[in-house]
Amino acid sequence: MQAVFSTPKSMKEDFKFTFCPGCDHGIAVRLVAELIDELNLKENTICSTCVGCSVFLYDFLNIDCVEAPHGRACASATGVKRTNPEKFVFTYQGDGDFASIGFAESMHTAIRGENISAICINNTTFGMTGGQLGPTTLMGQVTTTSPFGRNKEYYGYPVKIAEQIALCDGTAFSARVALDTIPHINQAKQALKKAFEVQLKGLGFGFVEILSSCPTNWHMTPEEAHEWVKNSMIPEFPLGTFKDLTEVGVNK
Amino acid sequence: MGLIKVNNSRCKSCYICVNTCPKGLIKKSNKTNRLGDYLVEFDDKNNECVACAMCAKRCPDLAIEVYK
Ligand SMILES: Cc1ncc(C[n+]2csc(CCOP(=O)(O)OP(=O)(O)O)c2C)c(N)n1
Ligand code: SF4
Ligand code: SF4
Ligand code: SF4
Ligand SMILES: [Mg+2]
Repeated sequence: MQAVFSTPKSMKEDFKFTFCPGCDHGIAVRLVAELIDELNLKENTICSTCVGCSVFLYDFLNIDCVEAPHGRACASATGVKRTNPEKFVFTYQGDGDFASIGFAESMHTAIRGENISAICINNTTFGMTGGQLGPTTLMGQVTTTSPFGRNKEYYGYPVKIAEQIALCDGTAFSARVALDTIPHINQAKQALKKAFEVQLKGLGFGFVEILSSCPTNWHMTPEEAHEWVKNSMIPEFPLGTFKDLTEVGVNK
Repeated sequence: MGLIKVNNSRCKSCYICVNTCPKGLIKKSNKTNRLGDYLVEFDDKNNECVACAMCAKRCPDLAIEVYK
């Protein structure tokens, strides 16, 4: 018999995900590892990692990583890429990391058109620290720091990250995907591939926002959390490609 | 036709695979892991598995290998 599905080669041999049961972070990491295998990038990659539930990424992926201070993965990646332009450089960050504490660094990296790829796992909350309100918390959503739900008077509105990044002139690709169903997982991999390829072609900043479940802080079972992604997140954060320079001349 | 192998040291008993297999071939077992969670088992007496890998693609812990 032949294996038709197995652990990607760029995962560490005896890795153990530190994510909670049913957390979509694990699927996102797998897709990244599969693409590193498929594009043959393992020996030529440097990852700029974040602070959050995925802080131990370097314990899972068998690639070189630099650990950036909270939110500064894009800034660190800029330095890594400028000094090692032949390397493939990507960041893997949470919504709090990418779009709250590090939003200035993230936006300016896109505006400068740094030739890196960035991934943002949007789970509407600061997962690692216990589920506080974050930049993408939905209106009305209850978190530990919005016990009566998010309202515009006190907390303001959630940020639509992929659309904002698409507005930056230096962005070559920006898309939003989800991991709640198999078709969405397949689309997520296609989008990540594009965000990687624009860097390999030297076109500029490649970005993917991944809508991701956090069963623990949402106080849901893993499948309830996927239903919530479908029924509450996707209507507010529509899936799609907001900029794609590889499709000559069009902003799709 | 197909078969899966579940890596019990990676499985976290989230049961996403149980809900995913279109043929209902993955079940909650009565074996527990060191935390007391019930592990899953592949039960395919009639050789129904088509190696579609849907269970593996949705497993967040890379605990399922699929063979054909
Ligand atoms: C400078 C700094 N401020 C605050 C923290 C505390 N902290 C650790 S993780 C985190 C939020 C992570 O949320 P997110 O980026 O959305 O990642 P998730 O855990 O949800 O995947 C915070 C605020 C820190 N480690 N360093
Ligand atoms: S706290 Fe949420 S995001 Fe973090 S590992 Fe657990 S389920 Fe995943
Ligand atoms: S490979 Fe497909 S048919 Fe076989 S156990 Fe997994 S989901 Fe079921
Ligand atoms: S999906 Fe994976 S981790 Fe979850 S119960 Fe099935 S084998 Fe275990
Ligand atoms: Mg988060």
